[in-house]
Amino acid sequence: MTSPLFPRIDAAAMASLLPFLVFVVGGLLVLLVDALAGKRRLPWAWIAAPVPVVALLAAAVRLGAVSGLTPRPTAFGGQFVEDAFGLYVTVVIALATLSAVVLSDVFLRRMDRYRGDYFALLLFSAGGMCLFSSSTELLSLFLGLELLSIPVYILSGFFRRSLESVEAAMKYFLLGAFSSALFLLGGALVYAGTGSTDLAVALRGGFQPGASGLVLAGGLLLLTGFLFKTAAVPFHMWTPDVYEGAPTAVTAFMAAAVKAAAFGALARALVVAGPSGVPTAAAGFLWWVAVLTMTVGNLAALGQQNIKRMLAYSSIAHAGYMMVGLAVFAATGARELLAAVLFYLLGYALMNLGAFAVVILWGGEKEEHLEISDLAGMGWKSPTAAVALALFMISLAGIPPTGGFFGKYLLFRGAVTQGFVPLVVIAVLNSAVSVYYYFRVLVALYMRPATRPMEYAPSVAAGAVIALCALGVLVLGILPDGLVPGMPSSLIGLVREAVAAVR
Amino acid sequence: MAPVGMPHLLGLAGVLFFIGVLGMLTRRNALTVFMGLELQLNAVNLVLVTAARHWHNLDGQVLAFFVIAVAAVEVAVGLSILIAVQRVRDTVNVDDLSALSE
Repeated sequence: MTSPLFPRIDAAAMASLLPFLVFVVGGLLVLLVDALAGKRRLPWAWIAAPVPVVALLAAAVRLGAVSGLTPRPTAFGGQFVEDAFGLYVTVVIALATLSAVVLSDVFLRRMDRYRGDYFALLLFSAGGMCLFSSSTELLSLFLGLELLSIPVYILSGFFRRSLESVEAAMKYFLLGAFSSALFLLGGALVYAGTGSTDLAVALRGGFQPGASGLVLAGGLLLLTGFLFKTAAVPFHMWTPDVYEGAPTAVTAFMAAAVKAAAFGALARALVVAGPSGVPTAAAGFLWWVAVLTMTVGNLAALGQQNIKRMLAYSSIAHAGYMMVGLAVFAATGARELLAAVLFYLLGYALMNLGAFAVVILWGGEKEEHLEISDLAGMGWKSPTAAVALALFMISLAGIPPTGGFFGKYLLFRGAVTQGFVPLVVIAVLNSAVSVYYYFRVLVALYMRPATRPMEYAPSVAAGAVIALCALGVLVLGILPDGLVPGMPSSLIGLVREAVAAVR
Repeated sequence: MAPVGMPHLLGLAGVLFFIGVLGMLTRRNALTVFMGLELQLNAVNLVLVTAARHWHNLDGQVLAFFVIAVAAVEVAVGLSILIAVQRVRDTVNVDDLSALSE
């Protein structure tokens, strides 16, 4: 912290904090209403839903305003940096939070656990994600990491009479807290080696020839902490258990939002560390992480019968594809790859939220045990949702005309341009393998006779989320370059601008 | 006798952290695992205040206070999860948590 001890918080600083403040204050308000309401049952989702909407609008407005501002807006004495990159990640987080809130309405009513504090925790976690992906200071990174993690530990165990739910919470808590401790130790060692808690300052100076071992060890531990949160191999063991056991709406939130925040923060850390701050060994390590994450995720997903578990392994595989982008960036410094990662994050969030929304819509009370064979005949019983689920599976497999295809195309093309042909060959082979288990869902939907079709209650809220995600996946796949008429720039232009803004 | 300096304190912190990691990996009782976790966070605090003294700035000390606060939050949440597990399973042995494995 080169800033004064008591930094001034003025109007400009408050404006730069806007999406973060909206989430945190919104969460506090929900808690307050919950306390005042006593035992009464209020429509909590509709009280909480405006918060991510306002945060989304705030982030979009700031995204338009921030590019021209010099010096760039900061708050808390430089602890929080507002730039197009952080705001873009915030938009993804807000979309995922909104979907999670709406899906939770359907889900919690059915499970008879409809309570206000659940929604407050979702909003707090989203606030932590904004902080985590908008900073390079150790203090705010740590606080952001904890603020995003701790509510999710509680949410995973929210059905406290369910064995699976509390077990998921315990496993997530133990491994999450351990990874936070490693992350913190890494940051402390970097500080001990350089005297600065700002990663941008510390790592840039740290890895020059003759760098102290403290900084090297610290940097690797920090990387470990990030890899835990992105669920990259070999730090992925918790993912399948936690995704399967947690309430499905929380799983959707974890798969989309937590991953977006973790990738955003890791990408930002790699950029500010600069070429001198990322030693060749670390770039090589990321190469292996990418290969292992893709391969382990896809191979393990092949044999899964439980849909939530299959989607958990598939999310590991997708973390691997995004890790390709980060590995190539770490080795070459080509920012084009980070733009591709940002594009992929949005598409990935939409197709996962959509798939989990269909699971919630159909799952009924046994959704934790929903198996792929249970989907038999649903293509005819619930045609609209089935078409949407098929679209999400096609997108996850990376087949045009979907956002999943275009994200992979951008990533792999960027990696080939930088000369990483073997890495891309492995990634393409992995994509081919993944087609098998995604298409098993399609086969079950349309080609298996319905022995005992599932009964489910139609839901407008879940239907709205499914429709929006399907629309988003299609738009990203068909019109990635000229998004909405009247918007200032295309999405690809936007992610390029966002990546260029990180300093 | 040489005065106690940064290498000694960092070494001590390293030993503490390692004991914490060992405690997490080898103990089966969730409460003891939590204690290992606490030990790790306190080892980090020792690194932070040592470095703050070495570099003559306050950043590490400020951060240490935040770590203390967050550690308290983590323990509060961890213990509530522990109680929830105890109620459902009648055990706090982490090796018994196997409903979710294939």
